[in-house]
Amino acid sequence: MLDKNGIAKRIAQEVKDGYYVNLGIGIPTLVANFVRNDIEVEFQSENGVLGMGPFPWEGEEDPDLINAGKQTITTLPGASFFDSALSFSMIRGRHVDLTILGAMEVAENGDIANWKIPGKMVKGMGGAMDLVSSADNIIVAMMHTNREGESKLLKRCSLPLTGVGCVKKIVTNLAVLEVTGDGFRLLERAPGVSVEAIQEATEGRLSVPASVPEMKL
Amino acid sequence: MIRKTVADARTALEGVRNGMTLMLGGFGLCGIPENAIAELVRLGVKDLTCISNNAGVDEFGLGLLLQHRQVKKMISSYVGENDEFERQMLSGELEVELTPQGTLAEKCRAAQAGIPAFFTPAGYGTEVAEGKETREFHGKMHVMERAFEADFSFVKAWKGDEAGNLIFKGTARNFNPVMCGAARLTVAEVEELVPVGSLDPNQVHIPGIFVQRIFQGTNYEKRIEQRTVRPRP
Repeated sequence: MLDKNGIAKRIAQEVKDGYYVNLGIGIPTLVANFVRNDIEVEFQSENGVLGMGPFPWEGEEDPDLINAGKQTITTLPGASFFDSALSFSMIRGRHVDLTILGAMEVAENGDIANWKIPGKMVKGMGGAMDLVSSADNIIVAMMHTNREGESKLLKRCSLPLTGVGCVKKIVTNLAVLEVTGDGFRLLERAPGVSVEAIQEATEGRLSVPASVPEMKL
Repeated sequence: MIRKTVADARTALEGVRNGMTLMLGGFGLCGIPENAIAELVRLGVKDLTCISNNAGVDEFGLGLLLQHRQVKKMISSYVGENDEFERQMLSGELEVELTPQGTLAEKCRAAQAGIPAFFTPAGYGTEVAEGKETREFHGKMHVMERAFEADFSFVKAWKGDEAGNLIFKGTARNFNPVMCGAARLTVAEVEELVPVGSLDPNQVHIPGIFVQRIFQGTNYEKRIEQRTVRPRP
C-alpha cells in the first residue's frame, strides 16, 4: 500500500517532457517533488503563475508570491505572471497538457466529486470545475477508501458533482486504474496489494485483465 | 492626462452605501485591497454583496467584513480557509453563490469588456448549472453565464500613477486586473503612487481608463496565509 508520497511518486511518471501541468491542492502538490529532472516541465498555478519553483528558503518568503494552495513559492527562470482570466484561458483553452487533482469520490463513468458535503463541509470548487470540464488529460490522486474503509470508487457519486464523465486515470494508495466506457479497469497494483484487495475496495464496476503488474516506483 | 488621484481611502470610498454590490480583488490574502476593506469596516455599511474569489481568513481580509456581519451575500469560488464563513453559510446567516474560479474571472472580464453573457463548459452537469441555459458547441455541453453587475470595484496594485495606470506584482495580480472597469466605479489602491510619466507605457498592465479613483495605500500588512519554506541546507 502507498502513502501520499508514494501516490505522488507514481503520478510523477505520467508527467512527460514538454508538458504544462496544473497541480491541485494536497497530494497533487507533492507530484512536483518526484518529476524526473532530465525532462522539461512547467507547473501552472491557477492563481496566476507559470513556471513555479520549489518553496522558498527560510527568510525569503514573499507575500506576493503564492500558489493556489496559498503556500509561499518561488519561480524558475522563464516564469510568468498573469491575471485570473488569462489563467483560465490557459485551462479552458486546453493549453495545459495535464491536470492532477484530488477527489472525495469518483464514479465508474468518470464523474468526480470534490467540493462539498451537503450540510457538513463546503470548501468550494475553486478552479476544479473549470479544470475538469476542459482538460483532455486528468489524473485523480486519492485514497481508495475513506476512514471507515468504504470505497471512494463508486458506481455513482453520492456527493454533489464537480464534473461529469471527465476522469481518465486514477492513482490510489492501492492501484492505478483507468476509466473506460465499461467502468474502471485495473492497470497496476501497489506494492504488496492483491487484486482481491483492490476488488474488495472498489464499489464500481471493475474489470481485471489476466495479468496486473505491480507498480514500479 | 486625466487625474484620478484622491487623498485617501475615506475619499476613495465616497458613495458606498448599504446594500451595494462590491468587487474585491485578491486571492486568499494575496493582493487584497487592505485599505478599502479597513474603510468598509469603519464605515459600517451593511447588507453588502461581495464578489471576491475568497473571503480572507477569520480575522483578516474580507473575513473582517464577515465578522462584523456586514455581508449579506458572498460570490466566491473557495471558502476553505475561513471557519466563520463556513459557519455563517451552513447556518444560513450568509447567502453564498459558489462559482467556479474561471467562471468568476470571466464574469468580471465580461463586465469589463461589455459582454453580457458567455458559454463555458465549467459546471455543466453540476448544481452550478441548475436553472441556467445550456447549449452544445463542438459536440460538448456548455453553460451560459452572465457578466457581473457591480457598484464598486476595489483593487490593489503594486504601482500606479496619477492617471490611474496600474502595474501589479507577482501573484498579487490575480483578480485585480479583471475587476478594473468591471463595476460602475473602480477604486485602485497602490503601494506606490508615482507622478505621471514615471511608468513605462510598455509595462502598464491596466490602462487608467478603467480606473476612476486611485490613492496611495498605507500600513500594508500583506499577511502570509501558508508560510511554506525549505530549511536552509
